[in-house]
Amino acid sequence: MPLAVKTFDQLRDAASALGTDAGARFLGGGTLLMRDINEGDISITTLVRSTDRAFTEIRSSGSRITLGAGVTMSEVAAHPELQYLKPVARTVGGPAIRNMATIGGNLFAFSPYGDFTVAMLALEATVAVQGGYSSRDVPLEEFLATRDRDSKSLVTGVTFRQPDNPTAFHYSKVSRTHPKGASVLSIAAHLPASGNRVSSPRIAYGAMAPTPIRAKAAENALNGKSLDEAGIADALAAATQGCSPASDSIASAWYRNEVLPVYLKRLLLGAPN
Amino acid sequence: MSQVPIQFKLNGQDKAEFIDEAATLLSVLRGKVGITSPKAGCEQGTCGTCSVLIDGELRLSCITLAQTCAGASIETVEGMDTDGKLHPLQQAFLDRFAAQCGFCTTGMLMAAKALLDKNPNPTREEVVDAISGNICRCTGYEPIIEAILDATGGSAGSYRRA
Ligand SMILES: Cc1cc2nc3c(=O)[nH]c(=O)nc-3n(C[C@H](O)[C@H](O)[C@H](O)COP(=O)(O)OP(=O)(O)OC[C@H]3O[C@@H](n4cnc5c(N)ncnc54)[C@H](O)[C@@H]3O)c2cc1C
Repeated sequence: MPLAVKTFDQLRDAASALGTDAGARFLGGGTLLMRDINEGDISITTLVRSTDRAFTEIRSSGSRITLGAGVTMSEVAAHPELQYLKPVARTVGGPAIRNMATIGGNLFAFSPYGDFTVAMLALEATVAVQGGYSSRDVPLEEFLATRDRDSKSLVTGVTFRQPDNPTAFHYSKVSRTHPKGASVLSIAAHLPASGNRVSSPRIAYGAMAPTPIRAKAAENALNGKSLDEAGIADALAAATQGCSPASDSIASAWYRNEVLPVYLKRLLLGAPN
Repeated sequence: MSQVPIQFKLNGQDKAEFIDEAATLLSVLRGKVGITSPKAGCEQGTCGTCSVLIDGELRLSCITLAQTCAGASIETVEGMDTDGKLHPLQQAFLDRFAAQCGFCTTGMLMAAKALLDKNPNPTREEVVDAISGNICRCTGYEPIIEAILDATGGSAGSYRRA
């Protein structure tokens, strides 16, 4: 069956088209979807896209910022208000991929991809989901838990509160080839300080489960502690709780579980990788 | 597959074509308008040999839906020379033996041009990053990196936009 392309000025019309056509898939930057098409995935019969300007806008209001789902990694890296996310955006593929890959598509990327989503989890982002003509905001964690069952919704953007202190945000991606390579694992952490103790830390992992996950056991163990060897010991002991990494061509599940605490320790102590 | 009209600039010249609605930019360039420098390599966005510049940005034509390029300006290696005089990057690739089998070369040139057009005096690290999405199985990358650094003339601003 020939592949059709439907382009809509308005996001809500694109969402409606997506919801009513079983073979329709939304086209973000296409870095994953066009690969499937080139590989001959005949389950895809229609590509739905939108030229709505809201889709590619970055809007901030006070400390909250909304990234349209069509914003690319290169646009994040270049944005003056998002410099703390530049190291994250710059680890997604090479320069051409970063010019194409969108925030929205990253939410759907299969493990070990999804590095930017890991950062969004640590910042407790919410996802704006347009299903047909109605829109709702869903916490990212919840969105990821049901993502694969609900492939008919259109993500229009992600919103999060910018860290009061950008240096409290940390990110580390472990890969076998540099400067570009798929993740052995990735870690993002938002570690706000109260005095010399960490207050309500948020830690997220990529490639440690089928989707990016929050490291809740490690977060709880770190809350109220100082960022030194003694203070982080309990968090490291709990680091792999809730993890179920895959074995793939990049690393075995065993290896991922073994090295995660090592990299988490380096990140928490501010040591270079 | 139904046909749709598309207009774009290709190496500075206006083009108007009818294309299959779901065609990739690579297939339009190679099959419709006779531009063969972007190669069909992996067709998975992984090897970089299909790289072109779209509105000055490096992109992978094998995973770009051609329709999304309506109104855009597309650059390929065919447009790099000026009146038959090689672009400084092309000359440097020749001088430094930066091509062996040649399959990656056009993508490498595009990746390098994308870098130097924005940053005429890059560090070695920036050059390595700029070509990190392009795979070369012959040269071991060193001659390519050296060639790109050579094209800058080694001093700030000496690289000219063609
Ligand atoms: C060579 C290469 C290297 C890569 N390296 C990395 C890497 O290091 N890290 C990483 O995280 N990823 C990597 N990726 C994967 C991919 O490029 C990114 O995850 C990217 O962010 C996906 O976004 P996209 O816009 O290209 O998605 P698309 O290909 O457009 O879409 C992917 C899926 O998401 C759906 N989708 C897209 N946008 C929306 C939306 N707004 N609403 C609903 N559904 C949507 C599509 O229908 C499709 O099913 C790499 C890919 C390649 C080819």
